[in-house]
Amino acid sequence: MATTTADPTDHDVLEAGHHRTATGLTNEKIAMWAFLASDCLLFGALITTYVLYRGRSVVGPRPHNIYDIPYTSVSSFVLLMSSLTMVLALSAIQRGDQRRLRVWLLTTALLGSVFIGGQVYEFTTFVRKGLTIHTNVFGSTFFVLTGFHGTHVFVGVLMLMSLFSLSLKGKLPQEKSQTVELVGLYWHFVDIIWILIFTLIYLIPT
Amino acid sequence: MTDTTTSHVEHDTGHGEAPGVTEHGHPSDGQYVVVALVLGAVTGIEVAVYYISAIPKHLLTTMLIVMSGVKFTAVVLWFMHLKFDSRVFRRLFATGLVLAFAVFLIVLTTMHFYSPSRR
Repeated sequence: MATTTADPTDHDVLEAGHHRTATGLTNEKIAMWAFLASDCLLFGALITTYVLYRGRSVVGPRPHNIYDIPYTSVSSFVLLMSSLTMVLALSAIQRGDQRRLRVWLLTTALLGSVFIGGQVYEFTTFVRKGLTIHTNVFGSTFFVLTGFHGTHVFVGVLMLMSLFSLSLKGKLPQEKSQTVELVGLYWHFVDIIWILIFTLIYLIPT
Repeated sequence: MTDTTTSHVEHDTGHGEAPGVTEHGHPSDGQYVVVALVLGAVTGIEVAVYYISAIPKHLLTTMLIVMSGVKFTAVVLWFMHLKFDSRVFRRLFATGLVLAFAVFLIVLTTMHFYSPSRR
């Protein structure tokens, strides 16, 4: 009795478990881009709210009283450089270089953690100076916007550490480089949102 | 014959293979470092112009928005590979951006943000 063996090229399965689609693109990557497109709307709404209520606070403190631009500039630089280490991690796994993959993943997670730490310190300083989420419309819109962004960074760090753990266990071979690419897309998205926040919220004068 | 079985194949990108592009259709490590240096430099310029009090407010705002746009575009095109990946991803992301910007304009207009009485 003849037996049939599964031939990936004859079925709807591509290498590394990705399914063939009508577009020739993987579902996971399309889903990630669709998610990022929808996240644009979330941050668009939050940025719009901040801009709408800019300079409308009846009581202080106001942005120019509490912002520390040199400090936030360093945080922004740290997050920008984490995007570089993220693409270097992707480049490493695509070459099959597991050691460098782990180094760059860990570096990216570390830079992300430094950014979050910086944000926690900034929030603490603002609260000490009398600005809370309840103080005025500036406080409400600022903490909600930057808090949502910080949460995104935190989730990104968790995903990076998961990838690092998978790599240590040998469960992240070169064929699964798309997994790193998808986490990378999320990480870069968090970075571009901060690029906008840094300019629109911190730098542009009221 | 074209190969459509790998996840890293170029899909109707409209671009030829650029110099320094790896077999995955992505930039080389050196190109990534150059992009990062440009991003760092633009951030430095942004912060520098913020402290130049001689620049009029409207000009400063325009300069900051342009520099922010340059950084945003650089990350999206090179680090997120939209310059090299399928047009489908580009259109998907552009849809989200356009919708978000439309919401931004509609809300500000609806709330009379541009009205002189609100200034």
